[in-house]
This record gives sequence, structure tokens and C-alpha cells, in this order.
Amino acid sequence: MTTKIQTNEKMVEKPKRRTIGDFIKQQPLGFIGIVMIIIMFLAAVFAPYVAPYDPTDIDFMASPALGGGQPSIEHPLGADAFGRDILSRLIFGARTALSIGFFSAFIGCSIGAIIGTASAFFGGKVDLLIQRFIDLMLSFPIIVLAIVVIAIFPKTVIFGIDVNVIVAIAIPFIPKTARVIRSQALAIVTLPYVDAARANGFSAKRIIFRHVLPNVTAPFLIMMTAFIGQAILLEASLSYLGLGVVEPTPSWGLMLAGVNADYYRSAPWMILYPGVAVSVAVFSFNLFGDSLRDWLDPKLKL
Amino acid sequence: MAVKKQNSKKAGRTVTEDVLLDVKNLRVEFKMKNGVVRAVDDISYQVRKGEFLAVVGESGCGKSVSALSLMRLLPEKAATITADHILFDGIDISSIPMSEMRKLRGRRISMIFQEPMTSLNPVLTIGDQICEPLITHLGMSEEQAEVRAIELMAMVGIPEPKNRLPQYPHQFSGGMRQRVMIAIGLACEPDLIIADEPTTALDVTIQAQILELLKDISQRLGIAVIMITHNLGVVAAYADNVNVMYAAQIIEKGTASDIFANPAHPYSIGLLRSVPRMDKPRGGRLATIDGLPPNLMNPPSGCRFYARCPMAQESCAKTDQSLQETKGSEMHQTACYFSEKALKEGALIYETDVSVQGSSTVDKSGEPLLSVSSLRQEFSVSFRTGWFSSYNGSVKAVDDVSFDIYPGETVGLVGESGCGKTSVGRAILHLNDPTSGKIAFDNLSINKKSIALVRQDMQVIFQDPFSSLNPRMTIGEILEEPLKVHNIESDPEKRLQRISELLVKVGLYPYMSDRYPHELSGGQRQRVGIARALSMEPKLIICDEPVSALDVSVQAQIINLLEDLQRELGIAYLFIAHDLAVVKHISHKVVVMYLGQIMEVGEGDQLYGEPKHPYTQALLDAAPIPDPEIERKRKRSILKGELPSPINPPNGCVFSTRCPKVVAACTSGRPELLRVGTEHMASCVLLDER
Repeated sequence: MTTKIQTNEKMVEKPKRRTIGDFIKQQPLGFIGIVMIIIMFLAAVFAPYVAPYDPTDIDFMASPALGGGQPSIEHPLGADAFGRDILSRLIFGARTALSIGFFSAFIGCSIGAIIGTASAFFGGKVDLLIQRFIDLMLSFPIIVLAIVVIAIFPKTVIFGIDVNVIVAIAIPFIPKTARVIRSQALAIVTLPYVDAARANGFSAKRIIFRHVLPNVTAPFLIMMTAFIGQAILLEASLSYLGLGVVEPTPSWGLMLAGVNADYYRSAPWMILYPGVAVSVAVFSFNLFGDSLRDWLDPKLKL
Repeated sequence: MAVKKQNSKKAGRTVTEDVLLDVKNLRVEFKMKNGVVRAVDDISYQVRKGEFLAVVGESGCGKSVSALSLMRLLPEKAATITADHILFDGIDISSIPMSEMRKLRGRRISMIFQEPMTSLNPVLTIGDQICEPLITHLGMSEEQAEVRAIELMAMVGIPEPKNRLPQYPHQFSGGMRQRVMIAIGLACEPDLIIADEPTTALDVTIQAQILELLKDISQRLGIAVIMITHNLGVVAAYADNVNVMYAAQIIEKGTASDIFANPAHPYSIGLLRSVPRMDKPRGGRLATIDGLPPNLMNPPSGCRFYARCPMAQESCAKTDQSLQETKGSEMHQTACYFSEKALKEGALIYETDVSVQGSSTVDKSGEPLLSVSSLRQEFSVSFRTGWFSSYNGSVKAVDDVSFDIYPGETVGLVGESGCGKTSVGRAILHLNDPTSGKIAFDNLSINKKSIALVRQDMQVIFQDPFSSLNPRMTIGEILEEPLKVHNIESDPEKRLQRISELLVKVGLYPYMSDRYPHELSGGQRQRVGIARALSMEPKLIICDEPVSALDVSVQAQIINLLEDLQRELGIAYLFIAHDLAVVKHISHKVVVMYLGQIMEVGEGDQLYGEPKHPYTQALLDAAPIPDPEIERKRKRSILKGELPSPINPPNGCVFSTRCPKVVAACTSGRPELLRVGTEHMASCVLLDER
């Protein structure tokens, strides 16, 4: 038996794998985003070699309290209240900002996505229980939840990064992501291809990870890139309460908070540049996240 | 351009006094990221006052776009509309300013859309929506408009119009909503109604009601109707004239009897031949048109049907075809050089596979492969009816259904939407757990646990080829997954080999395994769905409306494929569909369902030839046959009313509320399925008395 069919398309060889070159060509904004992320990453890794000063070095003469600290050749982005070089602190601060921002958003969103998808897939009582638990978690302010986590777990530091802070920030993201992803997954689990997978006798685990999760990539990436910014700011709030990174360790959040904000009139550079740094980081992740979403969507392949 | 000149000459001759709409050389272009798509390419036609014109063609041929462009409803940024003229009652509507156009819209030209569920605004009452054009266009006061609205609703057959005026769209059924749309369309007594697939979303019995209404109103009030459709049966029954479109052009036009009795374009011939016919005995392959329509981004030069045409000559690819008079009749025009030959030979231009005649026979001596007895499927419903009260009940989606399927047999399951036919399929597959009843497959009683043992032997094909494949997986990955998970083929090399074989078996190319689903056409995707089902070498495939989302010519390809696979591999099918002709063509045995119950079971020709149950008779009556001669002779008894709510089904026989032959005994108890012939059973009180 052969059914004759003709297609207007030519017989084609394997479609060629897309390369980094294609990504640059098709997603120029995403490329700019990833380049900026890489620059920040390299600056963070090689901070001691890039930064002009030690971030904790104090130059009393440059303190704005004494009328100094303006951006100058000596201190390109000025100095803070203690006369520490802001540029150096920004470069070292990228370590905490990137690690905490990225990891907490990634961990929080991933767990949230899995919980949300599973909740939608199993439905019924499982869904009800998970959703009520999520309601419970959502009812706590993020800060309170983070304080609880930090208070419960002993301080663990890996590669100079405080794991507790990452976990503390990641946990409040879980219910938020789970909610959004669940609503998306609810629509997907009713689609015939999920029924087809069930009729093929695939396990629940396989259907969730292989058939549902890949189809919620779009909201996942959007939420994750948005949470990176939030995570950096949250880290600042925690640090201000003395629960996160502690002075004198440089951190973008800390630089925006506390005593530095009091100088906004006489020494605006003190909060201007860390603010710019947070914005640029968030912006880069957003650009990259958006492009990644389009790039991963087979329907938008060029 | 030669085409233009010829067309304009002809148009000049045929212009008569009563021409309402004269479209000349209409073109619509869409600017896309990577080029320009000419969705409508140089079409010219006329509509006389009171004429019922049908525009037929497969999806993507430009029929809807051409209608939308008449109303100038296309987004102006994306679409460029050019035309020599579009004269509507002497006004060139292609060049008047938008403010003038708005005065015509709804006032003199109105439109009825396909989807009655979404074309009414859910937050406005039905009354508001019918009154709106009356107030804006005719300047009526609210009171006047309301009185007129009630008249209109009565005219389109909405019962108790006064009480239904303040209701909202969700309180109306699909058929009733379409009546409301027609009432809105009629509100200002327009000269022209454009109906874009007005009944595609409706059931056959409702479709017949709506079309009768439209035809009746257009005749009584002298309103011209342009009906866009892909359903050839509908065209035969109601249209005066027909335009056949293919790849953005009109390739044939004429009166309905011209097109159906003497089609002169190979495409029209193919289209007519590929529709299964309810009035012909079962058997044989359907004629198909091979291949797919061309991409309108860069259409081929010359005749656009060239690549698929069975009588194509080399010269066809070189020169453009224009509409020419056929047999000297001015009304009947065809865009084909060889129309004389096509006219003479008709269907013979398509080779049909003579080797496969008749249908496969079923050996019923052994045990049935699938045996369903007293299957029930209930879904619980609950909603709040007050502060402290709520309604808790259940919908009987499937109510005491029993049937057998033997190896290699096709059982067709027909009924209108909401009759529970899909629920039967899902319950057998345990995609929903049935409430009660026995399902035995291969002598194994199937329940929640044991279904896992037979998953591989029992497969499913879904209706919508767009959502039945995971968009994030390539075709290869989709086909490989079951082989891998069930360890049918552990060697990756052999697995690839197997996938290629599967693709070839369903008429695709092995290279397509690297494609993503969205890169394939609807028909190709449906073939992938079939390949996925075949990969497990099943004994039974449950086909849930597998062809209803496809175009006619592709539908025929898929039906042939399913039949070929059955002949070759001995697979049994449970074929769920609402299209009676398709079910008749493919099935050995047909089961007719209504409101969750079986009304009649029988062998195909017998059931269609001598339907015993009034519901089956009504269904057959409502389904149009693509032949105007037969349609004219048919006496229709159109079923009144609509499907009752399954939450609160009628007492006794569930069909009693709509049955034309209802007697007192009908409401007293549920009639049993009675044997009325070998293999033929029906459940009706009247049979009991006989």
C-alpha cells in the first residue's frame, strides 16, 4: 500500500542545526543582553584584577561627609560615605548580585513551575491541597518568610556565597510562579497531545516533564527574568535588616540602602551608580530571557 | 494583462439592470515579514438582486478574505485592496471614504460570521444587540427598536421573543445564537447578506434549520446572499450560483446545476468526487486530489492547479488561465484550456484504483475484539442556586451503551454534538474513568489498572491535528517516544529505521522526522497522528472525528489511508464522527446515538437505506447531498427544536421532545433496543407496537 502524495516543497536534507551566529542574527537584542551578562560575570569573577581598589579600602579624604568623594579621575564613580571607591564596590558587588539574583530566581521559579504543572496535571484533591498550601505561603510577606528561613537554617557559605540568602529569597518565588504556571498548565493538560500521551501509557512523570513543562517555557522565562531584579533588591532589604550580606562585604543592594540614601542630595552618585547597575543587570536578563523564549519556540523559528 | 481585458469585455456584456454587486479584478495582498501573500488574485463576479451565491473552496483559497474585503473589514495596515471597481448598487465601495462605508455596513450589506459562540458580545443583552443597528442606522427610538426586534426574532424563529429579549448570549444555544446573528443581519433590511460559513459550527439538524431560514428569508425579502462554505452538500441544496475558488482565484463559476452536473474544471471535478456520498452504496476508494494547494507567497506561474491536475499538459504551467465560456454558455465559465475534455470525460480524468473495489469483510465467527456492555459515564455538576442552596447532580453523558467490535471491523458512532459519542471513546480508553459498565478487550476485562496492559493494543487518533501533537517535539521525537518508553525497539538505529517506515506507510517522507508539527499542513499532521497510533501496532484504533477538521480533498486522502491500513493490517476502528456520509463510507456497522443512548444500530447500507428510528430518519433528512437534482426532489422534514439539556433529560424516550411521530407511550418508559433485522436494532416504542 502506498498513498501517493506530492508536496510543493522540495525534498530537503536535514534542517541544519542553528548556531550561535543565527542567534546573533535573529535575536540582536538578546545578543546584547547576553553580552552584558557575560561582561558582568567576567567582572565578578576577575574582580580583584579589574577593580582599581580593594572594595573595603577606606579613603577618609574622599568621604562625602568631609565634602569629597565626587567622581574624579581617582574615583571614577565617586566614593561612598566611608570614602570607599564605588566602582570597585560595584565590581565586587556583582558577585553577590549575580549569584543571588540568578540562583534564587532560577531555583524558586523551577520548583514553582514543577509544583504548578503537577498541581494542574493531577487535579482534584492534589490540586486543592497544593493550592491551599500556596495560599498560605502567599499570605506571608516575602520579608517575613525570608527571615524565618534564615533564622531556621544554619549559615552555610559555598564559594563565598551565602546559600541561606539564596534559599530565603527563592522560597517566596515558589508560590508566585506555581500560581501562574498552574493556570497555563491547566489549559495544556486538556489538549489532545496530553491525552495522546496518556493513551500511550506514559507515566505521569514523563508527561509532566516531557509534554507539559516544555510548553510553559514562555511564562517561566518571563517570570524568572522579572524575579532576578526583585531578588537583587530583596537581598538589599535582607542585608539592611542584617540578615543578608553584612557590611563591609560589597553588595549592590546594601549600597542602595541604609545610610547611603541619606546622602542623595549632597552625593547622589552614591545611590545613582548602584541603581544603574541593578537596572542594567535586570534589563540584560530581561532582553536575554525574551529572546530565549522566542528562540526556544519552534513556531517562531526562521 | 490579457486576463483583465477579457474579463472586462465579458463583464460589459453581462451587466444587466438587476446587478446588485459588481466586483471587477479584486486583489488583496498581505504584507508579511518575508514577502507578500496575494490572498485574492484578480477575481471578478457579479451578484444579482435576490441571488443566492455560494463561494466554495478549501481553506486558504481566499474565499473569506474576498468577502471581508467587500466590507473593508481587513486591517488597513496589513492588507492592500485593489480593484478596478466594486460597484454596489452603483456606488464604488472600493473608493468611498470610510465614513460612507460605515453607513453601508449593517444598513445595506450585513455579515453573518462562522462562530455564533463568539460573534455576539457576552455582556450585552440580545435585545441590545438587535436594537443597536436599528438605532444607529435607522434612527429609531428605543421603544420602536424594541418592537422591531421582537418582530425580527419571531421572523427568524426564536420562540417567545418578548421574554428572550432581555437575555444574554450565554442563555442561547449555538443554533439560536446564529438565528440572533441573522436577525441582526436582517435588522435594517439590507440588500446583501454575506454569510461566512454560517453553519460550519452547527449540527446537521440545526444546520438545516438555519439554511432553510436563510434561503426562505432571502427569497421572501429579495435579499441577495453570498454564502461562503466548504460544504458542497450545502451548496447543492441552497445556492442558485456557485463560484469555485482555488489558490486565490475563481477557477469556475456557473449555476449550481452547471457546477454539479457538468463540472468543467479538473479541480471542481476532483472536489465533487472526493466527497463520500450518503446516497450511494458503500465501497471502493474515494477519488482524491493528490498533493496540497500552492503557497500563495510565490504561486507557480501558469495554471495554479497544474501540480495536482490529472490532465495537466506542459503548456498549462506556462500560461495563465482565464475564465472562458464553457459550451457557449455565458453563465458557466471555466479557467482551464482543456475544459472541453474535462466536461466530456468528467470523473474519468481521475484514475481510480480499480483493484480495490468493495469493502473489506469482517469475520464475525470468533470472539469480539472489544465488547462494551451497559457502559455509563456520568459527570457530576454542581452550581450554587442561592446563598445556602446549591444544585448537585450529574450529567449522564453515556447512558447504558452496549456494542461489540470484531477484529478488522469499523464501527461508526454518529450523533450530534453532546450526544456522548466522544465520551464513549474516552471511557473505553479510560481517559475518563467510566461510572459503570463492562468493557472487555481481547477477553480481558478492562478497569483502571488493567488498562495499562492493553494501552499498546488500543490507540487513539484525535480530531484536531493542530493540538494533538506536542508543538515542542519534532515528528521523529513524537514517533520515537512510545517505541522507547515501551521498549518496543531498544536499538536507536533500528528505531530510526522504524520511524522512517512508519512515515512512508502513512504517506509522508522520512525526511519529515526533523520537522516540527507546525511546519506541516493539517492533513500531514493527521498522518503523523495516525503514524503515532500505528507505531504500537495496535489492534484497535479509536478515531475521534479524525477528518472533521480537514478539507474535503485531504479528508478523502485520510479516509483512504485508514481503509488501506485496515485492509493491510487488520486493524479495527471505532470511528466517531458527525458527518453521516463519511461514517457511511468507512463503517461496516453504524451506531446512532442521541443524548447518551443508542437509538439505532445497523449495518451501513441497511441503516441508511431503511432507517427504523425517527431520529435516524431525521438525521439523514437533514444532511445535504451534493447533487442539486436529488436535493430538489427531496422532501425535507426538518427536525424542530434543539437537544434537551442532558442534566434534565426527558422522561421515557429521550427523543420524545423532538420526535415528529411522538405518541403517548413515548413518555412512559425507556424503549428497549429491539432487533428489526439481522444486525439491525432500534429503540422506539412504535416498533414495539408493530
